[in-house]
Amino acid sequence: MEKINVSMKVNGKNENLSVEPRTLLVHALREHLEYTGAHIGCSSSHCGACTVDMNGKSVKSCTIFAPQAEGADILTVEGIGTPDKLHVIQEMFKEHHGLQCGYCTPGMIMRSYRFLQENPNPTEEEVRFGISGNLCRCTGYQNIVKSIMAAADKLREESNIEKKEIA
Amino acid sequence: MDDVKTPSSEERKSALSGLGTSRKRVEDARFTQGKGNYVDDIKLKGMLFGDFVRSPVAHAKIKKIDTSAALALPGVHAVLTAADLEPLGLHWMPTLAGDKQMVLADGKVLFQGQEVAFVVGDDRYAVADGVALVEVEYDELSVVTDPFKAEMENAPILREDIADQKEGAHGPRRHPNHIFTWESGDKEGTNKVLDEAEVVADEMVYYHRTHPCPLETCGCVASMDKVNGKLTVWGTFQAPHAVRTVASLISSIPEHNIRIISPDIGGGFGNKVGVYPGYVCAIVASIVTGVPIKWVEDRMDNLMATAFARDYWMHGKISATKDGKITGLWCHTTADHGAFDACADPTKFPAGFMNICTGSYDIPVAYLAVDGVYTNKAPGGVAYRCSFRVTEASYFIERMIEVLALKLGMDSAELRSKNFIKKEQFPYTSALGWEYDSGDYHKAWDKALEAVNYKKLREDQAKQLELFKSGKSRKLMGIGLSHFTEIVGAGPVKNCDILGLGMFDACEIRIHPTGSAIARLGTISQGQGHATTFAQILASEIGIPASDITLEEGDTDTAPYGLGTYGSRSTPVAGAATAMAGRKIRAKAQMIAAYLLEVHDDDLEWDVDRFVVKGAPEKFKTMKEIAFASYNQAIPGVEPGLEAVSYYDPPNMTYPNGAYICVMEIDVDTGVSEIKKVYALDDCGTRINPMIIEGQVHGGLTEALAISMGQEIAYDEQGNVMTGTLMDFFVPTAWETPNYETDFTETPSPHHPIGAKGVGESPNVGGVSAFSNAVHDAFKPFGLTQAHMPHDHWRVWKIAKDLGLHN
Repeated sequence: MEKINVSMKVNGKNENLSVEPRTLLVHALREHLEYTGAHIGCSSSHCGACTVDMNGKSVKSCTIFAPQAEGADILTVEGIGTPDKLHVIQEMFKEHHGLQCGYCTPGMIMRSYRFLQENPNPTEEEVRFGISGNLCRCTGYQNIVKSIMAAADKLREESNIEKKEIA
Repeated sequence: MDDVKTPSSEERKSALSGLGTSRKRVEDARFTQGKGNYVDDIKLKGMLFGDFVRSPVAHAKIKKIDTSAALALPGVHAVLTAADLEPLGLHWMPTLAGDKQMVLADGKVLFQGQEVAFVVGDDRYAVADGVALVEVEYDELSVVTDPFKAEMENAPILREDIADQKEGAHGPRRHPNHIFTWESGDKEGTNKVLDEAEVVADEMVYYHRTHPCPLETCGCVASMDKVNGKLTVWGTFQAPHAVRTVASLISSIPEHNIRIISPDIGGGFGNKVGVYPGYVCAIVASIVTGVPIKWVEDRMDNLMATAFARDYWMHGKISATKDGKITGLWCHTTADHGAFDACADPTKFPAGFMNICTGSYDIPVAYLAVDGVYTNKAPGGVAYRCSFRVTEASYFIERMIEVLALKLGMDSAELRSKNFIKKEQFPYTSALGWEYDSGDYHKAWDKALEAVNYKKLREDQAKQLELFKSGKSRKLMGIGLSHFTEIVGAGPVKNCDILGLGMFDACEIRIHPTGSAIARLGTISQGQGHATTFAQILASEIGIPASDITLEEGDTDTAPYGLGTYGSRSTPVAGAATAMAGRKIRAKAQMIAAYLLEVHDDDLEWDVDRFVVKGAPEKFKTMKEIAFASYNQAIPGVEPGLEAVSYYDPPNMTYPNGAYICVMEIDVDTGVSEIKKVYALDDCGTRINPMIIEGQVHGGLTEALAISMGQEIAYDEQGNVMTGTLMDFFVPTAWETPNYETDFTETPSPHHPIGAKGVGESPNVGGVSAFSNAVHDAFKPFGLTQAHMPHDHWRVWKIAKDLGLHN
């Protein structure tokens, strides 16, 4: 099949790839660009292990063709923190035992990342609904919810400090 | 040194993060940053992909396979069929249960989704195109999906390859579709007690077919290095060493030239114990093409073809005196094994540990018979977060207790309490021959009933029933009780082996000169956090902080031989090996310390992280000092270095147990159930890491919730899989999952070096009964005795309808 060129920004870096038009975004990320954080658990949009951020929205990258991401700004789990300074959500998942096998974790963290911007002060119920597109087979979600609630608290604290500093 | 205050024993102990501490997990740094290394993340130079052409029908002769169009497609390199594998003797492979299984369809197919041909190509897309172009002509045959029809006279013969074999791997066969009959206990004695009993409850309890469905599916990358003659396979293997041995036996590649690596595994739950056609085809394709081959199944493949669980029809009779003392238990199980017997049980146990079905109760006499039959369904029968059919056994007895309580007109909490094995009876030998190591069931039960305020719950339930009866509410309340006893840690080599390999496990430890260490084990974590917890065991044994100990598993070239991780065996077996290897390290360290301190070995005592001269606390050598000395001193009669290995053959299984209670509200008109409370008390013996235990319990309970309330692998009469995607196969989301209350009692195992019993599977085993019993309990006042799982909305609605509650 003939290939086409696709350009996108991934984790702040401009990327140009030559792919078959039918290439799924998750395969473009994992196999062409070697960002293997996003995982494949179902290939049918049910499990959410492939969740990444695209132009400020959570998307399941197994259900988007790479050409649909032309010009898009993509953020994956590899792009939200560094080994020396993890993102608060990553820290809180570690702190509250919000993961076990780790397979759903990148998708779960990326969904939380977007969700907490959509709703910085969520109730437990809102968190549960907000991540209901992401399946986990290990944790029973209780500690994931705890991790996200704790991250929400921390992020609000940080944001208040920033606001005060600006003031 | 004198003027620096030595930290107290307690302070030093705390610095180790040893046994009993909720140490944060060392695995999480890489997983939270997307830096795990799962099979599908592995990318090798020149690697090709492979995938299957699968059967769309459940039973058919194969008339013709035409691969020409697929082979003509650019990007497709090869298409393997049974005819290609036959010269290598690899078109069939042995199963773990003493049967054999087709790797690729050999003349016929026996279940929908069966592997027919293996297409190899440049990438997933080219392979998918190739798969679509392979033309297979099927000549359809009659289908058997009902295990009770499999042995009928006119039933179609499924396994023509063994149709005339009168003797199977587990005794005589009486019909071409009969696999085995396995018996345990005293048949005559049990029948006599049942005949003479004051009360007998008789019920059919079905534990439906389901699937472990880990979030990561099964897969592998096989790489045959023809220059060095070495085969390396990265794969989703819960038992990498056993896979190496099996691979060597069936491929004739010498075992030292095979390296099996289990990288990070995205959940297993029993799905990744078996050996699947995909592994064999990837290996053969790599040998044929000379380049690495990746095979990763998709979700539909996973649900349709690899490793179902359960599917036991359990007919039970339980007898008791009028006042509720159980006198006997009888069980006949019809086990639907699908097209091949591919259960992953220890060899001598074709029905696993189903004969733990006397549960937590002191039952004087019992008898169990299990008939295994072939049907046109996928093979498997794996232990889905369970130790070899313990979930089936536990569900069976916990339903029978409820049915008996109904018959006796007795509260089932009281009936349980009246029949529990008493603390002073341990070690207790059950009527079906198991020696329960330890337990205090009454203590746990009383604690659980008090924690949920059981009396008040029953009062609330009665009030709700009044509201319902008076038309003020359409909801009913159910209280689900469950007490379970698991049997895990397989197991003693004298009676537990898989394909002749004794089920011991091993740990090898090396202490480095600067006092840090590496330990390697024969197990493999799939989310359980072994790198965290095994380091804790070791920290407490050898006085090196857990953070200074690296744990490695899953590489057969470096790890000592072990039988892997499933059946909650890691802590009972490999955990014991770790403690024992640690004790060997300490014994040598004592000799070194004695030399350094110029005293006799016996003059030293161990104190957290050091050997101290008895009566002279200022004279001591820390493990760190001893480690350096072992590399730096020429000690007469002592070899340099500080290493140890232990291969541990457990003297007995361990018997974790617990008390679970679920409170549920059911809408009679919609069948929708709402979980109001789940309380789970576990006794897993010595607790290594309470945080991880709690996490395991949450996860296992959620699997139990799924299984009991909706998750199933369902077939129609033509053998079509009705639940092949996550749209139909129920996996609860955060929205449907409740919060859980966890609790514990701690009764150490008397025979385990640190008293630990294992916990990972307990919540699945005990949870299913709690959820299912709650549904039954809600409808009890209207005469419901038994309703088969899963209790999805439709089935619950149907219960209400059949009981006339919609009028």
